[in-house]
Amino acid sequence: MMRFQGYTTAAKEMTVREALNSVLDEEMSADPRVFLMGEEVGEYQGAYKVSKGLLQKFGPERVVDTPITEAGFTGIGVGAAYYGLRPVVEFMTFNFAMQAIDHIINSAAKTNYMSAGNISVPIVFRGPNGAAAGVGAQHSHCYAAWYGSCPGLKVLVPYSSEDARGLLKAAIRDPDPVVFLENELMYGERFPVSAEALDSSFCLPIGKAKIEREGKDVTITAFSKMVGLSLEAAEILAKEGISAEVINLRSIRPLDRSTINASVRKTNRLVTVEEGFPQHGVGAEIGMSIVEDSFGYLDAPIERITGADVPMPYAANLERMALPQIEDIVRAAKRVCYRSVPMAATA
Amino acid sequence: MSAAFSSVRAVCHPGSFAGEKRGPPATAASGKFASGFLGSSGKVWFGALPAYVRAAPSARRRGSFSVVAVSDVVKEKKPKRSSSPPDLLVTKEEGLELYEDMVLGRTFEDMCAQMYYRGKMFGFVHLYNGQEAVSTGFIKLLKQEDCVVSTYRDHVHALSKGVSSRAVMSELFGKTTGCCRGQGGSMHMFSKEHNLLGGFAFIGEGIPIATGAAFTSKYRREVLKEADCDHVTVAFFGDGTCNNGQFYECLNMAALWKLPIVFVVENNLWAIGMSHLRATSDPQIWKKGPAFGMPGVHVDGMDVLKVREVAKEAIGRARRGEGPTLVECETYRFRGHSLADPDELRDPAEKAHYAARDPIVALKKYIRENNLASEAELKAIDKKIDEVIEDAVEFADASPPPSRSQLLENVFADPKGFGIGPDGRYRCEDPKFTEGTAHV
Repeated sequence: MMRFQGYTTAAKEMTVREALNSVLDEEMSADPRVFLMGEEVGEYQGAYKVSKGLLQKFGPERVVDTPITEAGFTGIGVGAAYYGLRPVVEFMTFNFAMQAIDHIINSAAKTNYMSAGNISVPIVFRGPNGAAAGVGAQHSHCYAAWYGSCPGLKVLVPYSSEDARGLLKAAIRDPDPVVFLENELMYGERFPVSAEALDSSFCLPIGKAKIEREGKDVTITAFSKMVGLSLEAAEILAKEGISAEVINLRSIRPLDRSTINASVRKTNRLVTVEEGFPQHGVGAEIGMSIVEDSFGYLDAPIERITGADVPMPYAANLERMALPQIEDIVRAAKRVCYRSVPMAATA
Repeated sequence: MSAAFSSVRAVCHPGSFAGEKRGPPATAASGKFASGFLGSSGKVWFGALPAYVRAAPSARRRGSFSVVAVSDVVKEKKPKRSSSPPDLLVTKEEGLELYEDMVLGRTFEDMCAQMYYRGKMFGFVHLYNGQEAVSTGFIKLLKQEDCVVSTYRDHVHALSKGVSSRAVMSELFGKTTGCCRGQGGSMHMFSKEHNLLGGFAFIGEGIPIATGAAFTSKYRREVLKEADCDHVTVAFFGDGTCNNGQFYECLNMAALWKLPIVFVVENNLWAIGMSHLRATSDPQIWKKGPAFGMPGVHVDGMDVLKVREVAKEAIGRARRGEGPTLVECETYRFRGHSLADPDELRDPAEKAHYAARDPIVALKKYIRENNLASEAELKAIDKKIDEVIEDAVEFADASPPPSRSQLLENVFADPKGFGIGPDGRYRCEDPKFTEGTAHV
C-alpha cells in the first residue's frame, strides 16, 4: 500500500484531465458495453477535452454525440442501463443536468428499490460541478448536497489525478447509478501518480475518505477543489503551531462518517469546507453526524466554511468574496482552536 | 421505396373490407369532436393517399408518410363477406388468445376497483378499462426479449407482457410476493424476466427510457456483434404526454439513429380533466411523426384487429432495422383518470359513444360472426379468467406484508454501497475489507 501521495516513489505526473481520459479509454477497451454519450464528446473531443481521442479510437457508436436534449439523452442512457449496457453520460456541466434531473433521481436512483432488485442501473453521470472562473450564476452551482441527499445514488468527488482514476474506475464498474462531480478548474492541475494508480485495475473504494495530511489539533474536511485550498491552509496553520488534519472526502454519498468521527475524536475540533451554498449543505450533514456520534469529544463548536448564500456574481472581486479562500479556512481553524479558552474562563 | 406499410396491403384483401365509405363514419359525430379525424375513417388506402393524410414532404425516402386506419372489420354493417370464405385477420387460436388477454385485462381492472373500495389497495391506482385493444394488439405480437415501457396505467401492459396476475395483484396489495416485493406499487411495475421496464409516474419519463432500450438493441447488434439481436421496444404513453418536451427529443433521436422502437400513443382524449383539444395546438398526433422523419399512423384503438395489423407493420419495420414508427391509437378509458377521480368533466354522450365500441364486445362479435369459436368456448374463457383473478386475489390476501428488514434492502445492487474492487468482486464481500478509518 502506497503511503501518502507517494511523492518519492511517483512514477509520473498526470493532469486530472489525462487521468479521466485514461480511465475512459481503459474501461471502454475492457468492456464493450461501456459507452460515452453527451454533447460534444465526439468530434469536438469533449467540451473540456476530457474525451479527447476516444472517438478516433472507438468510433461513433461508442462515443455518441447527442443533440442538446439533456432530458432525452439522459433518459436514453438510463434506459440503456436498464436493458444491459453500461453508459457514461457526460453533462457539459452539472448545471445543465438540472434539465435531466428527473431521470437521474426518478428513473435511475430509485429504480433498483422500486423494482426490488429486478432492474439495476449501472450508469455514471459525470461532468464539471461547482464554480469555474467568471461564468456567472447559472454556470456555477455546486450540486454535491442535492445529489448527496438522494438514496439510491452514489456521489463521488475526486480531487487529485489518483482520485480521478480510482474513483472513475470504481464508478464505471459499479452496478449502481453514480454521480461523478468533477471540477473544471481542476482539469488542468498536475499531480504525481503512483505506479499502482496507473495499473488498469486500480479502483478506489466508494464511501471511504482519504486523510491527505495527518494532524492533531483540528480536523478540516473538504472535497474537490477545496482540498487543495485546505492543504495550503494547513501549511500556513502549521507555521503558527496548529497541526491540521485534512480529510479529502472523496465520497459524498455514502459519506465516510467513521473516518470523520474518528478524526474529530482525535483532534476535538472540526472545520468543514465546501464551495456550495450553506443551507442544507454538506457541512451541515457532517456537523450533525459529529453531534450525533461524537458530541462529547468536541472542544469547540463546529465551523463550516461555504460559498456565500447568493447566486454567483460575475464581477471578479465579488466572485472571490463569494467563494471560500485560503484565509477563510485559516481564520476558521484559528477560531475553533482558541474558542475553548474563553468558554473555560466563564465556566 | 415509398411503401413502408406495403405488407399491410398484402394482408388486407379487398374482399374483406368495407368498400367506399368516405369521410368520418356517423358514429364519430359528437359536438365535441366534429372534426372527422377522430374515429376511424374506415377505409384502406391502397395507393394514393388523400391530401390530408399525406406527410409533409421530407428528404427521407422511406417512412415519411402516414396511413390512416388500416382495416375495417368491426364497423362493417353490411355482410360483404358472406359470399366466400374470407381471408380472416386472425386464426382461431390467435382470436381466442386476443380475447383471453383482453378479458384478463378487463376483469383484473374491475377487480382492482372493487379491492380499492374495500381498502385492500391504496394510493394512486389508474385503470385501463376500455383501452385493452391497444395493449393486447401490440404486446401479443412481441417476444419475451422485446421490451415494453409504460406509464402509471401499467397493470394491463404487465399482464399482457406475461407478468402473472398473482404477482401484479400482490404488488398492488403491497405484499412481499408482488412483482416488485411491494416496493413499487401500482405505478411502478417492473419485471426483468418479461422485459417490462416500468411503470413510471411522470408522464414522458418512459419515452427516453424506451428509446434507450431500443438504443441498446441496436448497440448489441452493431457494436457487440450479436447478429440476431433484433429486439424491439414498444413505448406506451398518452395524449397529454405528446405535449411534453421529452417526447419530441426522443422522436428526434429515434429517427436520427434509426432505433428499433414503436411509439404508441394511447390517445384517450383526456389528461385527467384536460381535454386533448384544449391542450394541444394541433391535436392530430400522428402528424408529428413525419415532422421528424418517421411514419405517423392513426388507428382505431377500440378495434384490436386493426391495432394488430398496424402493430405488425410497425414492429416489423423496427425489427428489420428500418427505424421508428409513431402510432396514434384513438381509444377511451371507461373509468376516470384514477380511482380518486370523480370524472365529472366528460360528457356522458361521449362515454356512451365509446362504450358502444367496447373492444371486447367487438372482438367477440367478430369471432362469432366468422364462426371462429363457439359461444361456449368464449364463455369458458370468461369463466377461466374469473377463476384466475379470484385466485390472484386470494393469493394476494394470504401473502405476508414485507418484513421490517425489507425497508433498507435493494437501495443498491451493490450490497453495501462500497463499490467493486480491482478484482471485480464487491468490496464488502471481501473479508479483509472493513469499515473504519480511511487508507492514508
